[in-house]
Amino acid sequence: MNDIIVRLEQVVKRFSGRTAPAEIGLELPRGEVIGVIGPNGAGKTTLLKLIAGLLYPDGGKVLVRGKPAARRRSSEVAYMPEKGGLYPFFTVTETVRYYRTVFADFDENKAREMLDYMQLDQQQTAGDLSRGERGRLKLVMALSRQVPLVLLDEPLAGLDPMIRKSILKGLITFIDLPRQTVLLSTHEVEEVEPVLDRVVALRGGKLVRADVLETIRCMHGENLVDWMEETFL
Amino acid sequence: MGEKFIGTAPIYYQIVERICSEIVRGGRKPGDKLPSVRELAVRYEVNPNTAKRVYMEMERMGIAEVRRGLGTFVTEDEKRLAELRERLQREKVETFIREMERMGFSPEEISEGLNRALQRRKTEGGTTNE
Repeated sequence: MNDIIVRLEQVVKRFSGRTAPAEIGLELPRGEVIGVIGPNGAGKTTLLKLIAGLLYPDGGKVLVRGKPAARRRSSEVAYMPEKGGLYPFFTVTETVRYYRTVFADFDENKAREMLDYMQLDQQQTAGDLSRGERGRLKLVMALSRQVPLVLLDEPLAGLDPMIRKSILKGLITFIDLPRQTVLLSTHEVEEVEPVLDRVVALRGGKLVRADVLETIRCMHGENLVDWMEETFL
Repeated sequence: MGEKFIGTAPIYYQIVERICSEIVRGGRKPGDKLPSVRELAVRYEVNPNTAKRVYMEMERMGIAEVRRGLGTFVTEDEKRLAELRERLQREKVETFIREMERMGFSPEEISEGLNRALQRRKTEGGTTNE
């Protein structure tokens, strides 16, 4: 349980027009659900993209299972972006078929089971689905990949409370621990707290804090919202 | 479903307490099979690692037994269960007393107030509201 799936060593990522953020060092263990939290522009998406190998650091190393992160390692990492991730002209059924062709690790049976659970109409095209239905479909696609690391960028953003709840419930029901490790970025701190093992807090491209949730509750005597306020204020 | 977790006590511990009170109330009997880790996670809407920790803690307390390949069961050790009942009662009563003391009530007033409330319940014929 204690081996490290993601390690960042003195990572620096620069963007034009912005001051260079501090070096980030971070270790994430396998088999956990980890939340990446922080205000807009904190670098949550950048962090996920660095781990997915979709961005390269300007300095330092991003290691996934001990080797540098890279796009061609997509057989080990599933990345679901906040926007996109689905082709609007594919029906749900075609989306499943497409994923199966592209990703050898795609578990079609799990996808079907999840689609039933999420009550998605398989004949509809992704473009015709509501925002909430698309959110649920994206979770199905990401979790149906038999990969050690699943990255979900803002899986709850812009969705109403009932949908957010059903997405979190779907995650709990179908995540394959400890074989899958899930890293998700979010603003919905209070809602997501019971689902997380660990939290990584970012601000302005800096790692502010990283902690195990039960440690936050036990040692600091606070819940995640208190911890965030203390961390960010 | 989806009960809220309050305050700052560890989430796994809050679930342990809820299951313990179900056992003490008789809602779960000695030897009863407890939900699987996944079922527990879904029921409380927590991460499966947290659910696993609930059973590890209950096993450590001697209240649950993990039988390999079969699941987790409420212990049949009556002595342990009696101790649990005793402990829960003591904790609740102590919390009550501490709160009363914080408001400045004397031990006599506390005991008198408690007796009066119990008496009133008896004459009204109501036992519990559940």
